[in-house]
Amino acid sequence: MLSTDIRKHFPILDQEINGHPLVYLDSAATSQKPRQVIEAISNYYGLDNSNVHRGVHTLGNRATEGYEGAREKVRNFINAKSTEEIIFMRGTTTALNTVAQSYGRANVGEGDEIVITYMEHHSNIIPWQQLAKEKGAVLKYVDLEEDGTLSLEKVREVITDRTKIVSIMYVSNVLGTMNPIKEIAEIAHAHGAVMVVDGAQAAPHLKIDVQKLDCDFFAFSGHKMCGPTGIGVLYGKKELLNNMEPIEFGGEMIDFVGLYESTWKELPWKFEGGTPIIAGAIGLGAAIDFLEEIGLDNIERHEHELAGYAMERMSEIDGLSIYGPLDPEKRAGLVTFNLNDVHPHDVATVLDMHGIAVRAGHHCAQPLMKWLDVSSTARASFYIYNTEADVDRLVDGLRIAKEYFADVY
Amino acid sequence: MSTNKLDQLYRSVIMDHYKNPRNKGVIEESSITVDMNNPTCGDVIHLTLQIDDGIVQNAKFEGDGCSISMASASMMTQIVKGKKVDEALKAASVFSDMMLGKDVDDSIDLGDIEALAGVSKFPARIKCATLAWKAMEKGVGNDSEQ
Repeated sequence: MLSTDIRKHFPILDQEINGHPLVYLDSAATSQKPRQVIEAISNYYGLDNSNVHRGVHTLGNRATEGYEGAREKVRNFINAKSTEEIIFMRGTTTALNTVAQSYGRANVGEGDEIVITYMEHHSNIIPWQQLAKEKGAVLKYVDLEEDGTLSLEKVREVITDRTKIVSIMYVSNVLGTMNPIKEIAEIAHAHGAVMVVDGAQAAPHLKIDVQKLDCDFFAFSGHKMCGPTGIGVLYGKKELLNNMEPIEFGGEMIDFVGLYESTWKELPWKFEGGTPIIAGAIGLGAAIDFLEEIGLDNIERHEHELAGYAMERMSEIDGLSIYGPLDPEKRAGLVTFNLNDVHPHDVATVLDMHGIAVRAGHHCAQPLMKWLDVSSTARASFYIYNTEADVDRLVDGLRIAKEYFADVY
Repeated sequence: MSTNKLDQLYRSVIMDHYKNPRNKGVIEESSITVDMNNPTCGDVIHLTLQIDDGIVQNAKFEGDGCSISMASASMMTQIVKGKKVDEALKAASVFSDMMLGKDVDDSIDLGDIEALAGVSKFPARIKCATLAWKAMEKGVGNDSEQ
């Protein structure tokens, strides 16, 4: 486990909620921010704020260096070949929509197939539904194994030579499942399809190597990995991005503008229309520095251990069901559960009264809720600042909730 | 301390409505059917209303949701049954004020729904309590336009 000293970097954790010290177990929704990220953003606005790529003046240079410096940090973080392959966007949702609208519209036709799975987040379902409807393409789902994992056999059955796009989440935000992206990418490529990865729940928790995964696109968000909201990344292989059209047009992304025709800047800027998310990128860069100092391997191990401890302790509670793989090595640091028939909202309210923040609802995964045959679930998700003591508090809170609703449910 | 505050939310009347919902079911010959859900949390309600001569003759619901949303649905059907449409809508607006923590018009008999006043102290749960009322407003609203 990581040292509890990490908690000192997160000012927000040092507070009481409803008379109890805060236990924040909702990092899969958004992580908390360390002081150095908050300060990087504040320093940018306090000292360096200016627009990028155009100022002859000193502040313009500082802002550009900060923004482009962050791009290099991201490149190194996911081991991309070149910063040309790193496009800053609002978040994972925007990145996946960009792939669907730019690559998808140009390459998917009538009768072609797009393959996703039952465990996807809405942001990796709806862009493809819309594309399929527009093009008369077929959206296909890979079914899940009973424990909420994917089998490569079933993936092979679904992907065909008509498949143009395979888009799958690396880590499930509900089941915690870690999917075999590298192997799925191989299958996709053998059929001439591109592999798109929703990396929103992976980037914060494990070392990403887009070259090893050999994925074609990889999308993730800054705010789930200690960075600010409003910044995310689309990685794409250069040869694909070069042949893709931007979907937003305006300032910043142009090369030459005539009265009736214009040309685009080179990569990556042709996809970054308008004044970019400068402070967000700088904040994300600071978050990457912070995570790399701890070490992604250490973070991954910490979460496996904490998830293992949580599942062990939570299993002590009669009537508590856990969804997803039960082997902690097969899952990321989150546990989705239901407590008897007590509605997850009621569980979450009781926990909140005891200072414990968990998520309750459908987790933006309605098709998965249907697959699980539940209307909603509660979820405790862990990050670097969580400890075994947090898990103990959760278990105590769950016992209180169970007792409180004992006569009702 | 915490349990006291919880008790303000989960009043025994609410728990009773949740355990023993009134008017649960479907009116087969209903004149109005409303399906509504709460997209952020997955709560759903299927409300059927029978309105004749501007009066809500019958109201029944089925649904899936937390204790607050289902108890509120049960109470709502109890309140509106037998009321004129404009009185039902007035009750909905009084209920809405209650959820906003405003002083409510006490000329209307609120019956059991007064027990839901504590929900206003739990902002995240207000949308649970208002689901059934929004469904009813939509249902009778559509009817009065006909």
